[in-house]
Amino acid sequence: MKVVKKVGIILLIAFVGIQFIPTKRNQSDVVPITDIHVIYNVPKQVETIFKTSCYDCHSNNTSYPWYNKIQPVAWLLENHIDEGKSELNFNEFGDYSGRRQKSKLKSIASQIRDNEMPLSSYTIIHQDAKLSEKERELVIQWVDKTIENL
Amino acid sequence: MKKLKMSIAAVLLLAVTFTNAQEKKKMEHDHGDMKMDHSKMMNKNSDANAEAIFSDYFDLKDALVGDDTKKAAHASTKLVATLKAFDKSSYTKEQQEELSDIIEDATEHAEHISESAIDHQREHFKTLSEDIMDMVDITGTKNTLYQQFCPMYDKGSAWLSTSDEVRNPYYGSKMLKCGKVQKEINK
Repeated sequence: MKVVKKVGIILLIAFVGIQFIPTKRNQSDVVPITDIHVIYNVPKQVETIFKTSCYDCHSNNTSYPWYNKIQPVAWLLENHIDEGKSELNFNEFGDYSGRRQKSKLKSIASQIRDNEMPLSSYTIIHQDAKLSEKERELVIQWVDKTIENL
Repeated sequence: MKKLKMSIAAVLLLAVTFTNAQEKKKMEHDHGDMKMDHSKMMNKNSDANAEAIFSDYFDLKDALVGDDTKKAAHASTKLVATLKAFDKSSYTKEQQEELSDIIEDATEHAEHISESAIDHQREHFKTLSEDIMDMVDITGTKNTLYQQFCPMYDKGSAWLSTSDEVRNPYYGSKMLKCGKVQKEINK
């Protein structure tokens, strides 16, 4: 029991200690001119879906949950967001070449079609980010139509 | 006190699980990034660079025809390296821009193929094929190629082959001979 107590205390100290390590925050007020809804004609409904279900990890502005104040959650999210943004950044969509925009759009549709995005580990906490059948249909239809017109 | 201990334990357990998952992911990524070992010692001739890309593409295509996820992943890892080694300096400015776009896009698809399951590999292979076809248009090739087309896969999908016999990379053994030759290059 003594050992357990010691280990417990060490871990507790470590846990408190890591709280002081800062993380970079993904936040920005500006809507850049390269945002997808500036360069494409995105219907309001689809734009809202993108914003609620995708932008936390795929844009330069995350609306952080309260538990982001706690380590190691903050690191985890930072990692996640970095990865998400390097795959696809809705804010910087206009910076992609035409070829890549088309590729990205295709991937958006296929990820949603295959139910791979938004990630289930994300929607389990962000219930509002879950896409209904109708919402998925809306996004996929818009993407398919947009690709056709490219 | 007991409760507190329990919750500390729970939080730490959670943390460990998360880091483990993270690490595992990283390892997979590293694996996909083993690019350098294949940047072959080719001469500076840009055509040879392009031929190396096409050759890796055909290896990838054959792996998908054979329903072989692992081989496909391996071939696409090689492809990432040969795409990187491509030297576009001998092309016109316009062609260079186009080639940069093609290579950037193709690299992304190849990277995804190197770390995905077969369905996903095939999805990316479709766009990758479009990139490679556009590339052939610019660089040309010394070989005779056949652009083949399967009307069934994703509203119709094309690919390149060195043989005029159709072997379908989108369906593999399920529909091996589905498709037709759409265009002959260099014949």
